[in-house]
Amino acid sequence: MTVITEAVILRPHAEDLYASELAYLAEQDDRQRPPGWRLSPQAVVTYLLGDGDQVTPKYVGPRRLMEVAVATLATDRALLLIGVPGTAKTWVSEHLAAAVSGDSTLLVQGTAGTPEEAMRYGWNYAQLLAHGPSEAAVVPSPVMRAMQRGSVARIEELTRIPSDVQDTLLTILSEKTMPIPELGTEVQATKGFTVIATANDRDRGVNELSSALRRRFNTVVLPTPGTVEEEVEIVSRRVESLGRSLEIPQAPQSADEIRRVVTVFRELREGVTADGRTKVKSPSGTLSTAEAISVVTAGLALAAHFGDGELRPADVAAGMRGAIVRDPAADGQVWREYLETVVRERDGWEGFYAAARESE
Amino acid sequence: MTTSSVVGQVHLLGVRHHGPGSARSVRRALEELRPDLVLVEGPPEADDLVAFAAQDDLVPPVALLAYQEPKAVSKRTVTPDGTPPAEPDGPRAAFWPFAVFSPEWQAMRWAARNDVPLRFIDLPAAAHLAHRAASEDVPGAADDGPGGAPDEPRPARVDPLGALAAAAGYGDAERWWEDVMEHREGGAAVFDAVEQAMTAVREGEPTDPWDALREAHMRQSVRAALAEGAQRIAVVCGAWHVPALTGPSPAATKDAALVKPVLREAAKAKAILTWVPWSHRRLAAASGYGAGVESPGWYHHLFTVEDRPVERWLVNVAQALRAEDLPVSSAHVIEAVRLAETLAALRGRPATGLEEASEAVRAVLCDGDEVRHALVRDRVEVGDRLGSVPDGVPTGPLERDLAATAKRLRLPREALARDLDLDLRKPTDLGRSALLHRLDLLGVQWGELTGTRGKGTFRESWKVAWDPRLAVDLVAAGTHGSTIEQAASGAVLAAARTGGLAGLAALVERSLLAELPGALPGLLDAVADRAAVGSDTDALFEAIPALARSLRYGDVRGTAPGALRQVLLGLVARARTALPGAVTTLDDDAAAILVPRLREVTAAVTLLGAEAGLREDWLAALERLADRDDLHGLVAGWVTRTLRDERLADVETTSVRLSRYLSRGTPARTAAAFVEGFAGGSGLVLVHDTVLLRLIDEWLVSLGEDLFVEVLPLLRRTFAQFEGAERRVIGEQVAGRRLHVADVVPLDPQLVAHVLPVLATILTPTISCPQETS
Repeated sequence: MTVITEAVILRPHAEDLYASELAYLAEQDDRQRPPGWRLSPQAVVTYLLGDGDQVTPKYVGPRRLMEVAVATLATDRALLLIGVPGTAKTWVSEHLAAAVSGDSTLLVQGTAGTPEEAMRYGWNYAQLLAHGPSEAAVVPSPVMRAMQRGSVARIEELTRIPSDVQDTLLTILSEKTMPIPELGTEVQATKGFTVIATANDRDRGVNELSSALRRRFNTVVLPTPGTVEEEVEIVSRRVESLGRSLEIPQAPQSADEIRRVVTVFRELREGVTADGRTKVKSPSGTLSTAEAISVVTAGLALAAHFGDGELRPADVAAGMRGAIVRDPAADGQVWREYLETVVRERDGWEGFYAAARESE
Repeated sequence: MTTSSVVGQVHLLGVRHHGPGSARSVRRALEELRPDLVLVEGPPEADDLVAFAAQDDLVPPVALLAYQEPKAVSKRTVTPDGTPPAEPDGPRAAFWPFAVFSPEWQAMRWAARNDVPLRFIDLPAAAHLAHRAASEDVPGAADDGPGGAPDEPRPARVDPLGALAAAAGYGDAERWWEDVMEHREGGAAVFDAVEQAMTAVREGEPTDPWDALREAHMRQSVRAALAEGAQRIAVVCGAWHVPALTGPSPAATKDAALVKPVLREAAKAKAILTWVPWSHRRLAAASGYGAGVESPGWYHHLFTVEDRPVERWLVNVAQALRAEDLPVSSAHVIEAVRLAETLAALRGRPATGLEEASEAVRAVLCDGDEVRHALVRDRVEVGDRLGSVPDGVPTGPLERDLAATAKRLRLPREALARDLDLDLRKPTDLGRSALLHRLDLLGVQWGELTGTRGKGTFRESWKVAWDPRLAVDLVAAGTHGSTIEQAASGAVLAAARTGGLAGLAALVERSLLAELPGALPGLLDAVADRAAVGSDTDALFEAIPALARSLRYGDVRGTAPGALRQVLLGLVARARTALPGAVTTLDDDAAAILVPRLREVTAAVTLLGAEAGLREDWLAALERLADRDDLHGLVAGWVTRTLRDERLADVETTSVRLSRYLSRGTPARTAAAFVEGFAGGSGLVLVHDTVLLRLIDEWLVSLGEDLFVEVLPLLRRTFAQFEGAERRVIGEQVAGRRLHVADVVPLDPQLVAHVLPVLATILTPTISCPQETS
């Protein structure tokens, strides 16, 4: 690591982290770019899926999904990414925004308390009181700024936002304008403006989109990884880059441990062992790929700081129990049953079994 | 026109079977060429049927059906000792389906409308049938070029189109063909490109012997046509075969020598051909075959629509969704069209294809919902289109047999559903029942059995309704034979090759109902084999009751096969030895499944009678279970009860067992399950046996509050199965006993008199629902 005098950013934005790849693609790109786009749609797809050489894959999964997503943005429609937690919805939306607009920061985080100001605009009250309503007193929301700049605005967890606030998007998406009645003016979106929203379909107690709003989005459902290989690939890749940015001392990556974590998560998630012979109970958590990634990352940190530097079964076992057992009574039972009926019998898993029993 | 040719007058139009682009190109090329003879890859026996293609009421999808009369078949397959085999020995029919977008169909229609003679040049259908019968056990042995001859298994050799597509950077050969060939509106020049590509693909590729034979015959047919003096010949065949007809060909004498023995064989067992209706669903269902079409609805649309195919397609999809009450607006359709077109541009495709349209449907019209998308696939991409044939066309053998049988049995084919009650003691009704059962085995769902099976042996109730679609199912069933009986036997035996033990037992039952004695020996062999090698005891337990029922039905219907009894005895012996293992380590669900099965097996064994001590042996096996202490409560309860019912355990032994299970050492849940298994759905035993009732009552009273609450749901389920009257009597007995107990305590009668009315009020409702308060 080079000596850096300034404070180092913990998590750089996609457009900064992959600036060289984006620059490389922009240089190579000779296809037509839609107005307001930094890259052509084809280059955006390449940016997401990698070219096997200069560009690393950001998304591992079906190509057609990324093509539909990019084509949606190219037709200046809004894109809705749906999937269970940990299916890379946010990840994809950030990279899409970075590749299309070169800016992934115009973000509204959806919560039950997201106010209308977060979608439209607020007021600088000091200005308002001193000088009355004026353009200078308006505090624009990320969505408004995206409209002015012709960029992609991102809305995370759209279904958590109260319905009345959700509906402020209607005018923005269909008329592409945002009226400011207090000033008698409006902000009109410039070319390149669009919205990427994410929502997860696992949670309950959310605010379903009205059909009027739903109609303004094209929907892409992101699936959980199709095969063990795919998932191992995703986990290793992310663990590596996370490890680098967190400056965990480089431990030799144990492909075996990663495969083990992925296998356990998949089997519990799908309720059946990989060979299809034994049924197992599923715990209450989602056991997403993202959680597998954090288990492995935590394991690596443990191994690097407290262990012998190599990722051992004991380093992941405790983390795994934490990820799987969300409800101490019910999930604990599920986990113990899984250990006794599946893990115990498996060849080469003795060490893991012992470590997992110990962390009980 | 630059099409290459063998001699100057022969123009080769290499096509992809069921490719709409090829169909369009063929139609245009024929208009340009105006040949005086059209040769098409297909069975030559169908030459006379081409004329029907001119008629408007021969509506595709239709298929050429080739079949052999039973007589010709039995001559061919006679066994060395001179007896005809009891069951069919392979496929008896083959189909060449055509949709409106099939190039062959377009060639036929053009020839018929323009009065140009058209001949088929493939090997005779009889040869195809013989070849398929011979290679039936070798999947993929009978195959054809890209697209394949209709109704034949997918090529086993290197996929030629796959190689070309891979070279062009496509992952999917179908899509490559569609992009390069089907989307091209170039007409005749396309065929030149096809020929060059196929020549390159086949270079150095060994030719399959069957293909070589077929191509020799095709060459011979072309030569014959030239010899007859045809001036301009158009040959429509699978692209794969084009190089064989243009390249350096073997000498005519060599081809003739190769083909001759096959033709001689084929002449002996003549095949009869006719037109039969077909459906899009069936075209799509055959997608495991070389000529299968995954999305006939899309192809049909592409071929028939005049302009703006994508827009019209998405409008159709929207209408299909609206028909299901799913709200889809025109705005949706507009956005879907935009997305599909952008996707096609993004992927660099020359035109928007089904894949893009489908993505757009999913993302825009279906909100990403897979269920809705599956609906679109079924209704629109495959579609309901049904073909029809004019009255003058000779009917297929099964159709003829069905018509004759139905007439004899006075069972008209009506679309309106009606109920049919059959008395199996009457010959006509028995015949009707057999016919409906046979059709059911063939997958032709004319009737649905509504009467409860197993009870009322002499009665059957059916709901019958004839749907025109069934005609296609009937035609397709022709693969198994040329009469309903023969086909049903064939279908049963074909199914027997793959099914599990339980499935086989069900088949035995069904074929007895369908009166198919010919299929029985083969089926029973399969049952015995499967039981010998199988380790699945559940299937064994499931099979025995079905077979026992079959034996009883067989008696009713006057066909009591001794073989069935033998097989059944063997199965029971196996079940007996498997029993101790089968009841070990069961969870609640498994026990709940096993106990009814054991009950049925016991009933079946009883039904079989005292044969060779069968029943005693089975009960002895049960008795050995009774004192094991690792049983699931439900099983233990049921075993205890059964032994008591069969008088193999007296009251004393039974109450010892009962009290052991109900004592403190046994977990409360196990005890409750035991009670459930013991009661077996009826409270009668508790009504009559006060000792047992007392044991249960005392156990219940001894439970602490926590345990009581834990077992309450189980007990409630048990008692809820009892008759109301039984519950009342049990309640009264329990209540009576309690009052009696209270009586013996010395009390002041005067004080008690004050309390009694209150007690009566409290106790009265408890008597009507004892299971909640006892």
